[in-house]
Amino acid sequence: MDQIIVQILNGLDKGSAYALIALGLTLIFGTLGVVNFAHGALFMLGAFCAVVFSRLLSLSHEVVDETRTDFLGNPMTVDVPYMHDIFGPEVGASIIDWAVPLSILFSIPVMIAIGFAMERGLIKHFYKRPHADQILVTFGLAIVLQEIIKAFFGANPIQTPAPTAFTGSFDFGAWLGFDPLTIMYPYWRLVYFFFAVVVIGGVFAFLQFTTFGMVVRAGMADRETVGLLGINIDKRFTIMFAVAACVAGLAGVMYAPIVAPNYHMGMDFLVLSFVVVVVGGMGSLTGAVFAGFLLGILESFASMPAIVDLLPGINQIVIYLVAIIILLTRPRGLMGRKGVMEE
Amino acid sequence: MLGIKGKDLTVFLLVAALALLAPFLLNPFPVDSAMAQFNAGYPDLMQRFVIFGIFAIGFNILFGLTGYLSFGHAAFLGVGSYAAIWMMKLLSLNIIPGIVMAIVFAGLFSVVVGYISLRRSGIYFSILTLAFAQMSYALAYSVLTPLTGGETGLQIKQTDTPLLSNIPEGEIGRANLFGLEMSDSSILRFANWEFTMNVGYYVCAAVMIVAFYLAIRIFRSPFGMMLRAVKSNQQRMNYTGLNSRPYTLAAFVISGMYAGLAGGLMVAMDTQVGPERMFWTASGEVVLMTILGGAGTLIGPVLGAGFIKYMENIVSKINSTVLHEWFAFLPDGMEDFMVTIFYPFVGKGWSLTLGLMFMAVVIFLPGGLVEGGQRLKRLFRRKKAEDDQSSAAKTPAE
Repeated sequence: MDQIIVQILNGLDKGSAYALIALGLTLIFGTLGVVNFAHGALFMLGAFCAVVFSRLLSLSHEVVDETRTDFLGNPMTVDVPYMHDIFGPEVGASIIDWAVPLSILFSIPVMIAIGFAMERGLIKHFYKRPHADQILVTFGLAIVLQEIIKAFFGANPIQTPAPTAFTGSFDFGAWLGFDPLTIMYPYWRLVYFFFAVVVIGGVFAFLQFTTFGMVVRAGMADRETVGLLGINIDKRFTIMFAVAACVAGLAGVMYAPIVAPNYHMGMDFLVLSFVVVVVGGMGSLTGAVFAGFLLGILESFASMPAIVDLLPGINQIVIYLVAIIILLTRPRGLMGRKGVMEE
Repeated sequence: MLGIKGKDLTVFLLVAALALLAPFLLNPFPVDSAMAQFNAGYPDLMQRFVIFGIFAIGFNILFGLTGYLSFGHAAFLGVGSYAAIWMMKLLSLNIIPGIVMAIVFAGLFSVVVGYISLRRSGIYFSILTLAFAQMSYALAYSVLTPLTGGETGLQIKQTDTPLLSNIPEGEIGRANLFGLEMSDSSILRFANWEFTMNVGYYVCAAVMIVAFYLAIRIFRSPFGMMLRAVKSNQQRMNYTGLNSRPYTLAAFVISGMYAGLAGGLMVAMDTQVGPERMFWTASGEVVLMTILGGAGTLIGPVLGAGFIKYMENIVSKINSTVLHEWFAFLPDGMEDFMVTIFYPFVGKGWSLTLGLMFMAVVIFLPGGLVEGGQRLKRLFRRKKAEDDQSSAAKTPAE
């Protein structure tokens, strides 16, 4: 029993990331009808937003500290972050400590701007082109974004720690009434899961309960009619693209403490997210979220030692295997709608 | 001649001539001149040109004719490679059985993958093939280690004693074709020029010429016509009572066999395999070559493969010293500025250049290099272009 809970919990954080990326991908499919292979790169850019912001926050200048001396007997110089000057040492230190959550604020405008620029600058010209062309041009864009990041930040992963308040692990077992120390779960992953739930809830609420969202949903169902009603649907779809980019970016920001960002992390997630979207059903938002969590949890179950002993290698391929089975038995995916991206 | 005529014959002869004369054509600069770094006539690089050429020709039969975009073709290349190296380890160091088995195994594997993937089309097909390729990669990397060597891959070792080749104790076997060793080459020297004639390269080139010839025959056959029909309007084809699946499956398997052939040749030239050959970026690369050259055209994939491999080799060799030499004629400040601008795009930045080039081609030149060539030709022959346009207007209505 406790093993099962452990695996479900382990699957949650990866599942959250899959769900967030797949949600964005599906939004883009559903609205613009574009296959965005650069979505993983947006996730990666988000993670690097966290890196940049925490570096910005910890910018420092040298100050001569008269009270201490170095090994030669001269007064020692110490690095003092600007944050300490502005907010005083205590608040400054905690701001630096909380750099990753704070960089959400920084990354939202950045990601929206990137999404907007991408849609207006590139994707717009590909509405009418075949899907193959869309895949190819966004694939090229993903390579370019990846290489730009590599040129600036190098090829090595960059450690971006979570706030110290969240570094420990939460003893889930004791909380649920099992033996203590059987089910341990890092706090940050829990935070990530709740964060993902909030973001997903936010996107759904936005689409469900606002007039803007209603128009977008109407446009997803029948773009032409909405256009005939005198609504500028293209503009709204562009905004939805920016929102999707932002969701992917936020997923990346918060993922930075879990896996140190490197330039190809986006590609690793992209392939799996595509599989998630296909399993969930092209164009179905709930399907994408559901399939994201489902596949995340399945993946962690498959990596249980008992199962790996039984079927070696299953942990590596379970997602692809599930995708193949689903596509062949339910061609539209778990919750796909009729008529959306049938071909 | 040989059942092909007209323009096709010209194209075929052109490709054959390019392939056979490559050691000379690719080494146009004297050895110790400043331009020598643009030479590409090394056996190893030329082999890659033709092998990737074969791979792209095969991919084009699927993508160019039927429009099905496979993102997992590297898996067939990998399967072919593994099959070939096992034949060379166990049976014979002669490359023929290895290559034959590579084609057979890649073909069988592509029957399985194709049978399943071709039930869906469009983006679903791409993702299914991608899923299969990633699965094979993951398996080759982990569970199938006894068969694939895992991360280290497979090489021919001292301990390998193929049944039919008797190698002296303690010597590492080398790939050969009835005694002709693949790594043998003879160097021709004229004044300052040096041309390397390599056995392995000529084997590859001969295979590529045959492969290209078969591709032409497929393009011009009734079967090729059917594949084109699949691309232009599959629905209409179905309504006329034709089942398109056998045709697409056949195309898929043929292109899988081409990939296997390329994989087998890779092993024959350089007797080692690793799972990274099956990674999805490798599949992306062949898509890129085909698009860059011009999908659906005969010569496009060959050009694309050659172009990308050439650029990869040349661009990634350029470093900051070379850049400084190039811009030495400028004033110092300008020189440093230009070097700073160009530096991110050369050397290790080759992928960036590749990505940009790729985007530019898809955006501005969807027909690839072939279309670019046609546009240039039209530019210079404005008069004739007008005639072309009037004939183009006669295409049937959809």
